[in-house]
Amino acid sequence: MKITEQEVRRVAELANLALRDDEIGRMAHDLDEILTHIDKLNELDVSSVEPMAQVLYDAGETATLREDREQPTLDNAVVMANAPLAGHGFFKVPKVIER
Amino acid sequence: MNGALKEHTIDSIRSGLLQHKFSAEELARHALAHGAEENPKTNAYLTFSAERALGGARAVDAKIARGEDPGPLAGVPVAVKDVIVTRGVRTTCGSRLLANYIPPYDATSVVRLEQAGGVILGKTNCDEFAMGSSNENSAFGPVRNPVAPDRVPGGSSGGSAAAVAQGTAVLALGSDTGGSIRQPASFCGVTGVTPTYGRVSRYGLTAFASSLDHIGPLARTVRDAARLLQVIAGRDEMDSTSAFAPVPDYIAALDGNVRGMKLGLPREYFEGSESETRTLILDAVEVLKKLGCEVREIRLPHTPYAVACYYIIATAEASSNLARYDGVRYTTRAASAATLSDMYRLTRNEGFGAECKRRIMLGTYVLSAGYYDAYYLKARSSPAITLRPSRRWMQSWVRSRPFRRSSSAKRWTTPSRCTCPTFLRSPATWLASHV
Repeated sequence: MKITEQEVRRVAELANLALRDDEIGRMAHDLDEILTHIDKLNELDVSSVEPMAQVLYDAGETATLREDREQPTLDNAVVMANAPLAGHGFFKVPKVIER
Repeated sequence: MNGALKEHTIDSIRSGLLQHKFSAEELARHALAHGAEENPKTNAYLTFSAERALGGARAVDAKIARGEDPGPLAGVPVAVKDVIVTRGVRTTCGSRLLANYIPPYDATSVVRLEQAGGVILGKTNCDEFAMGSSNENSAFGPVRNPVAPDRVPGGSSGGSAAAVAQGTAVLALGSDTGGSIRQPASFCGVTGVTPTYGRVSRYGLTAFASSLDHIGPLARTVRDAARLLQVIAGRDEMDSTSAFAPVPDYIAALDGNVRGMKLGLPREYFEGSESETRTLILDAVEVLKKLGCEVREIRLPHTPYAVACYYIIATAEASSNLARYDGVRYTTRAASAATLSDMYRLTRNEGFGAECKRRIMLGTYVLSAGYYDAYYLKARSSPAITLRPSRRWMQSWVRSRPFRRSSSAKRWTTPSRCTCPTFLRSPATWLASHV
């Protein structure tokens, strides 16, 4: 096994997913299958290769910078209308700091 | 109405409008009624945007009445994949998490196609957050293939491909991260184009894997796909990765002449292909040869590594991009959570489908301490990604490859089956990124 159920639980914590117990075993099995396939990359020696972060067109370094000018922004009320819970222009969440 | 929507092309609609055989509003009303009637057969549309369609159509009619040019897509009914945002029109991304999400702005491609006179009929079903190859991962039910209802339409732009094939839209916008336009277009027998990365603005495309995401056209003819691409292509200030390169005249290039064109057949793409698909592709190659196309076998030895790189990089980017669905800003929140951290964790686990969770988990894993170098950095260094020599021949050679590994399956349910079919689609995506 490339990945244990204990590791799956740790990764789920990092990913903010409250996986149910019955999902843990299945996830371990699925990830193991994919990781086994991905291990094909170990056949490659890439020690002398510089990793590439992004594929971009040829352009000057500042090509994408625009003029600093005022522009209209999205209407607050329209944006907040999508929030599950909001009030007074703020998103509301469960209490973070305990008394 | 003059003829079924399925018989119409951009050109036939234009001439019908200009000769006053029908108005854009009549065509839009017909398309909406026909779409509502036919949709239960495929489940291709998730939302119809009648108000918006009729408003757009009336604007086209008004222009024609004033003697103005109504635009290159005048009155043409278009379907938009539901991962592309439309202001005021529900955009679900095929996810329970966004079941009631009403975007406050339009994607650039949507703005451009409406400015060109296109009429947006509605939003099409897709795999959740564009993750899948069969459209079975939608929270709103699968799409059926209009050609054979017991088969999948492909994915993730299955709804867009099905709407075009079914004749409930003339054109559609799709998105492609690892084959999500090309493969469903192939399964449904329509034309789909994944343009070079940066050719079409991604502004307003819900992010899956930002360095691989593309928007592109689906249509019943090559000419119509070219016309739609012509409208949506080009630099956009709202997407810093959109290219400055001028947009060529795609219609002028459709002169029917392939004499002297060079066609490269990567040997690796044909190894292990199902024989029926392979035969069809090679038959097409023979036709091109007879028409004067120069065909040569080429080698892309890193091909077997491309799918591994795709799975690492796409899921790594997805795990970051999908972190925003936390129950704070977007419509859905788990009811039972008492603390902030439980709210995040429960909202996400209840909201995401199995395939999204799998990809978020894999992406989080390959980015986590101890595995970053072994997986993520390695993928970023693989020759499938960094290969430069291909650049020169890519500029002068058109590549031919099987669009799909197998003919349209009845069901793709296991993760491995869903994983493997991307094999032949991913290298093309990667290489296209290098042109």
